[in-house]
Amino acid sequence: MIACLMSIDQKTVAKIAHLARLKIPEAEQNQLAGELGKILDWIAQLDEVDVAGIAPLANVNDAFLRGREDVVNDGGKLEDILANAPSKTADFFTVPKVIE
Amino acid sequence: MSAPTDLSITEARAALDAKKLSAVELAEPHISASEKAQSKLNAYIQITSELARKQAKESDARRAAGKAGDLDGIPMAIKDLFCTKGVRTTAASKILDNFIPTYESTVTKKLFDAGIVMLGKSNLDEFAMGSSNITSAYGPVVSPWSGADPANSNRKLVPGGSSGGSAALVAGRFAMAATGTDTGGSIRQPASLAGIVGLKPTYGRCSRWGIVAFASSLDQAGPMTRTVADAALMLRVTAGFDEKDSTSVDQPVPDYTTAIGASVKGLKIGIPKEYRIDGMPGEIDALWQKGAAMLRDAGAEIIEISLPHTKYSLAVYYIIAPAEASSNLARYDGVRFGLRVPGENLNGMYENTRGKGFGKEVRRRILIGTYALSAGYYDAYYLKAQKVRRRIRDDFTEAFIKCDLILAPTAPSTAFAIGEKQDDPIQMYLNDVFTVPVNLAGLPGISVPAGLGADGLPLGLQLIGRSFDEMTVLKAASALEKAVSFNHKPPFTA
Amino acid sequence: MSGIVKGQTGEWEMVIGLEVHAQIVSHAKLFSGAATTFGAAPNTQVSLVDAAFPGMLPVINKKCIEQAVRTGLGLKAQINLVSVFDRKNYFYADLPAGYQISQFKDPIVGKGEIVLDLADGETRTVGITRLHMEQDAGKSMHDQSPTETYVDLNRAGVALMEIVSEPDMRSGEEAGAYLKKLRAILRYLGTCDGNMEEGSMRCDVNLSMRRVGDTKLGTRCEIKNVNSIRFVQQAIEYESQRQVEVLEGGGTIKQETRLWDTSKGETRSMRSKEEAHDYRYFPDPDLLPMKLDAAWVEEIKRTLPELPDDKKARFIKDYGLKPYDASVLVAERASADFFEQVAKGRDGKLAANLVTGDLFGALNKLGKGIEESPISADALGGLADLLSNQTINGRIAKEVFEDMLATGKPAAQIVEEKGLKQVTDTGAIEKAIDDILAANADKVAEYKSGKDKLFGFFVGQVMKATGGKANPAVLNELLKKKLA
Repeated sequence: MIACLMSIDQKTVAKIAHLARLKIPEAEQNQLAGELGKILDWIAQLDEVDVAGIAPLANVNDAFLRGREDVVNDGGKLEDILANAPSKTADFFTVPKVIE
Repeated sequence: MSAPTDLSITEARAALDAKKLSAVELAEPHISASEKAQSKLNAYIQITSELARKQAKESDARRAAGKAGDLDGIPMAIKDLFCTKGVRTTAASKILDNFIPTYESTVTKKLFDAGIVMLGKSNLDEFAMGSSNITSAYGPVVSPWSGADPANSNRKLVPGGSSGGSAALVAGRFAMAATGTDTGGSIRQPASLAGIVGLKPTYGRCSRWGIVAFASSLDQAGPMTRTVADAALMLRVTAGFDEKDSTSVDQPVPDYTTAIGASVKGLKIGIPKEYRIDGMPGEIDALWQKGAAMLRDAGAEIIEISLPHTKYSLAVYYIIAPAEASSNLARYDGVRFGLRVPGENLNGMYENTRGKGFGKEVRRRILIGTYALSAGYYDAYYLKAQKVRRRIRDDFTEAFIKCDLILAPTAPSTAFAIGEKQDDPIQMYLNDVFTVPVNLAGLPGISVPAGLGADGLPLGLQLIGRSFDEMTVLKAASALEKAVSFNHKPPFTA
Repeated sequence: MSGIVKGQTGEWEMVIGLEVHAQIVSHAKLFSGAATTFGAAPNTQVSLVDAAFPGMLPVINKKCIEQAVRTGLGLKAQINLVSVFDRKNYFYADLPAGYQISQFKDPIVGKGEIVLDLADGETRTVGITRLHMEQDAGKSMHDQSPTETYVDLNRAGVALMEIVSEPDMRSGEEAGAYLKKLRAILRYLGTCDGNMEEGSMRCDVNLSMRRVGDTKLGTRCEIKNVNSIRFVQQAIEYESQRQVEVLEGGGTIKQETRLWDTSKGETRSMRSKEEAHDYRYFPDPDLLPMKLDAAWVEEIKRTLPELPDDKKARFIKDYGLKPYDASVLVAERASADFFEQVAKGRDGKLAANLVTGDLFGALNKLGKGIEESPISADALGGLADLLSNQTINGRIAKEVFEDMLATGKPAAQIVEEKGLKQVTDTGAIEKAIDDILAANADKVAEYKSGKDKLFGFFVGQVMKATGGKANPAVLNELLKKKLA
């Protein structure tokens, strides 16, 4: 039941924002909590629909996956791959150091 | 011959073939008018004047050598959601402000191979999320229309969205045609608001490769033109199987231009009763009935049909689209391309980059989507929405046993002002009420300008067809276009 | 390595499950046409799709599907004709799209089993829970710079099979046997090269402890990315002790992911502390459900090579080998094939001894694999023939073998050239015996008064006197008679 899952508070917004790696200023978090709550309330109307025994719609054309041959026909384009890199050294992308 | 900027593609091709004017002579007025209008309409994110001139020259050379393509020399705007090789592509977002693709999208490649001249990259709602083109990081697009009420003639109106820039440019004759993308109505709704033709093909008809993805199971590229014939030709050029897109369907591409002027005798046109919604403006209902009458006069049969799950379409859409988008937009992380805002560590870098790089609406939708997929909520939201989606799709399948096409309004209102409907996101989402079901079912849909509202602003009517039956859709659209004979131009044109 | 940990308050049992990530043998990646070869220059085997540029889309490599099905069949597992690819969403520098394409609810392969070969010829069957396909991530290098992590996407998008076992193992020995057998099956099938050092086969260990007799499962810890069988066993040793200490001290085990620190010989908690990831799995909308043709699966099943267990059983039955020897030979398909070549038309047991004893010993010393054996199967067969027809005896054979290694000459030629034919002439042997007994009269007396061990001494002396060429059986018989 969507309806009883309702209640988005600022903490939840902060948690979701972190999952999505979005930095959202605290003031905005509150506002968003309200907006998202409203949207989710509105979406709750789906509770009215009976979907017993219905499979989710994976693809509108009811098609199945098509495969390609095991042939190397891509890669070997180092320049293109690095062309838009915000930060790179030698032939690597660089990011702030991660400590594992 | 009309002024170059007033020509349709069909007319321009004839004029070019008859050497009445050259591609350069056709392009130049479009380029200069575009440049002049940019500060008023803000319909482009980038005008590619030099490139356009170069392409026009090359087009003339091809034509002289007898090698003209189907769209050779036709000046078009490309929605800045299509990756164009060597030409900056932003998706109207700060996060891609400096992105220059090293590759060409399949659809634009087909257009360039057919000889088009690219005037520039048109403005849009950021990441195609919106129905008014006010969420662009590069500023809103102003519609070339203003209301009939002189007191409002300085009201800046929206062109619709997300393909607002494309709609404004085509309506104002700054571009002869444009590409759009449609995920929940983003071609059809702006077409309706701007008084032009906008076609969303069947899902899988045109390749999505190289188009910045919003919602993978809903996105589809399509033409925005001033005539149905132009849309048919553009569809013929851009449709087709692409092995690089797993959702692309291998179906032959018929010559859609043969649909123009074809008879609609015997076609059964369904009027879905659930589309007559509460609070719908009377003039839209009246226009709808008028459209039905026109098609009846042309020989079609009008019948009433039911699409029982219509009212749930928006809710389904506003779960599925944000959910898919939240995942599709995860790649914008400052690592390999686009904006990077430093942070004290990797996560800090991600959060700062995405927090600053994405606008408010995009952040809102990512949050909804992330929430809908998150632990404990997946079944209640995403899974449920996909089940209801099947019901919605099945409604159409049922209806198409009884009829060949469905006639409905495109949008629930004429163009509103920039700044209106902005406080409540749901208000904005309701703009998509007539268009969204078509994306959920993956069907082809076209909006044809049908008249002006009391406020002097355009209203469109929508025709929806069976999967891969764009032929029938175009046939009926052509008949409707002929009967309507929409001759209105916006007050501000090239 | 019995798997029982003796704690202060009683005995504890290990409950072990293994997750193996096996890189699929294919030319191109799972969803792009970039190459998969190991060791290429950074970012030179990367497609725009692998790097998740805007608008890029995945298209599946048919060969990878086939390899996964083949592996599933080799594990006697259920092949699911319809399966789905899901996105596993999380953020990391070596995961360009911000999600990994994997399979969550509907994997391509379901339940199967593996037979473990344990010490003393015992076997035990362990369950496979499932096998699914997924993309590998790129490589993050944290040690190249003090402030930055370097990212190489060559590996991003390479096809992996994740093979999950039931928590059926109860000791480090069993875990080792599981990995050995799994590796052998994968190599036999040609679906993964099983190279743990290069990272084409990686193992995560899930371990929990419970008191002997308990049937409930304890809280488990996951030890990630252990890259050799030896380290897996060491990690199990350490972790089992650690958990028992915590539990006996009245504490509880925190369910977490740990790393194996080879240099310190211990497991430790991963420092990048996150609450449990919420991966938000959902079916990838850029891909469609995958449907396999039953007849196609049958065809793959029909053309599977003979696998280690079946080959071992056949070697025992057809060649009369001991289970242990058969196990050693079937560990690698190349060894098994080599052996069969040697054993063709010959005594299987003899062939087995030559291969597993002399040849493997020599190859080990040389650091070569059987594919690079300086002695061919036919050549070794030649040596076996000389033994079978009594031309030479066992000791001489060893000498000939060394010569074959050194010179590359065929056995018969060496025997001829060096005059190493076995002496079977009873007269000659008798004379040699007489000489030795005469020269060692005191020892003869000791032997006759009960020192039986001296028999061996006499044998040795006679052998020496005949240059090692005396036929041992004849020697023994004659010597016995003479000493009676």
